[in-house]
Amino acid sequence: MKAQALSASGPTAARPKPAEFIAFAVLTALLVVAPFALYPFFLATALCFALFAAAFNLLVGYAGLLSFGHALFFGGAAYVAAHAARVWGWPTELSLLAATAFAGLLGLGAGMLSIRRQGIYFSMITLALAQMGYFIALQVPFTHGEDGIQGVPRGKLFGLIPLSDDRVMYYFVLAIFLAGLFAIYRIVHSPFGAVLKAIRENEPRAISLGYSVDSYKLAAFGLSAALAGLAGGTKALVTQSATLTDMHWSMSGEVILMVLLGGMGTMTGPVIGAIFVVAIPEVLNRIGGPDFAQWMTVIQGAIFVVCVLAFRRGLIGEIAARLRRTL
Amino acid sequence: MIPLLGISTQALFGQLLLGLINGAFYAMLSLGLAVIFGMLNIVNFAHGALYMVGAFAAWFLLSAFHIGYWPALILAPLGVALFGMIIERTMLKRLAGLDHIYGLLLTFGLALIIQGVFQNQFGASGQPYPLPEQLKGGTNLGFMYLPTYRAWAVVFSLSVCLFTWFMIEKTRLGAVLRAATENPELTRAFGINVPRLITLTYGFGVGLAALAGVLAAPIYQVRPLMGADFIIVVFAVVVIGGMGSILGAIGAGFMLGVVEGLTKVFYPQAANIVVFVIMVAVLLVKPTGLFGKKL
Repeated sequence: MKAQALSASGPTAARPKPAEFIAFAVLTALLVVAPFALYPFFLATALCFALFAAAFNLLVGYAGLLSFGHALFFGGAAYVAAHAARVWGWPTELSLLAATAFAGLLGLGAGMLSIRRQGIYFSMITLALAQMGYFIALQVPFTHGEDGIQGVPRGKLFGLIPLSDDRVMYYFVLAIFLAGLFAIYRIVHSPFGAVLKAIRENEPRAISLGYSVDSYKLAAFGLSAALAGLAGGTKALVTQSATLTDMHWSMSGEVILMVLLGGMGTMTGPVIGAIFVVAIPEVLNRIGGPDFAQWMTVIQGAIFVVCVLAFRRGLIGEIAARLRRTL
Repeated sequence: MIPLLGISTQALFGQLLLGLINGAFYAMLSLGLAVIFGMLNIVNFAHGALYMVGAFAAWFLLSAFHIGYWPALILAPLGVALFGMIIERTMLKRLAGLDHIYGLLLTFGLALIIQGVFQNQFGASGQPYPLPEQLKGGTNLGFMYLPTYRAWAVVFSLSVCLFTWFMIEKTRLGAVLRAATENPELTRAFGINVPRLITLTYGFGVGLAALAGVLAAPIYQVRPLMGADFIIVVFAVVVIGGMGSILGAIGAGFMLGVVEGLTKVFYPQAANIVVFVIMVAVLLVKPTGLFGKKL
């Protein structure tokens, strides 16, 4: 039980905490009733980004590895799902599975290269690899360059339930999202997750305890990429398209923003952060029109600066810290 | 004109020259990144945005005040350096002692803000910047036509790089700088104002980026996003060269620029990705980078 002993001194113990469970339950209840108040299409897209952010958080929040290229897995998997569903006519579930597997394998490849260097180099390598993926996607024929893959059929769930209705699609996406989040929850609270946290807190010590740190990092990278791929594939089905936007470096930046805003290393933080980041342009459009929405990049940048300077724990992390103090 | 492997020498040497120019910009930017990283332990993501600001500053000086190329070559880097020093004093300074990633995230946010503001102001299209009068025209070398400005850009940036190397490696100021990089506490104990040195270093690093921007203005159009994709390539150059050595950063920059230029001639489809492919190869063979010391 070396892993247990290591993480007990860290900020998050390996034992599941009731507070985390309550937050999870509240979130689920809210998401089940949400489509009665908000557009299901918007919500479904937001959930895809939330799963993407949660997958990203698995890597940055628990293993301490800041990937600056996660758009590669999100956008790459979106292309695979879209191509499988539209050109090969694969069933919905199989397309998603293919997207997840593709992103997972891509993640293992990118991970093998990037964990050869540590710290800041890791971030730069992932960014460069993702940029390479972006240019490849721009040039290979099946992605259709600037146009992207359009008109992707959502298909039928289990061959029976048509997913063309946005509300039905939303609940399908919610099921995927909850399954993904549960998987992350299990990973984080497993002995494997405890070792990841140990590596984040003190890598030399984890090495000296005999852990093969690189294989743990690689496994975390692969899992995170696969889940990001599941999110990307699902998003391709929701929006019925896969485009270069999802592979651009600004998407990698956006997912970092979601996790930073919500709270790195918290279970529900990335979800809340994702909903915020997705909602900001919508709200801006509503109150100020397209002129106002132009300032989106500036606002995102400002949130980055404020979060890093004054708010490093993020929204949920800050609340959690307050509660611990009063409890 | 003698064709070589089905490619005219004109096109070949033209791209080679453009590759050298790009290489010079890679060298100047990665040099600035390396110097900043050494002192501040921050990878300056805003470097590409400040390169763009340098180009825009030159354009603005000309269109608003009719201040030409030569004064802009000094004024724009100075202005950007001042702006950088304000950023360092008000924001980056607070990140001392924190994890590396916060520096990257903060400067990424700054890059988004700067690029967003310029994009709202000027749109995505480019502003032309005229060649300075003295550097118009060119010489026919027989095998190729050499535009004077491009030759000037290569020679000037190479001199700036070598001058920086000389300053850091061979002068007293450089020795102090290297000492402060190695051990800031001990250097302070010798009565050297290390915080001021850090601020000046950041100013110098981003000034170098702005200088590259001014040099680039007459060659490329001045666009708000001219530095956004550029900085990612520079990061790959830094990974390839390693940030441990000044000459390594310069050498890697020029070399990769030339390789990129040649790829444009022989296999244009791969021109965008060749630097990244080389990065992958270097990571597989020598993970510390070609000239890298362990950080």
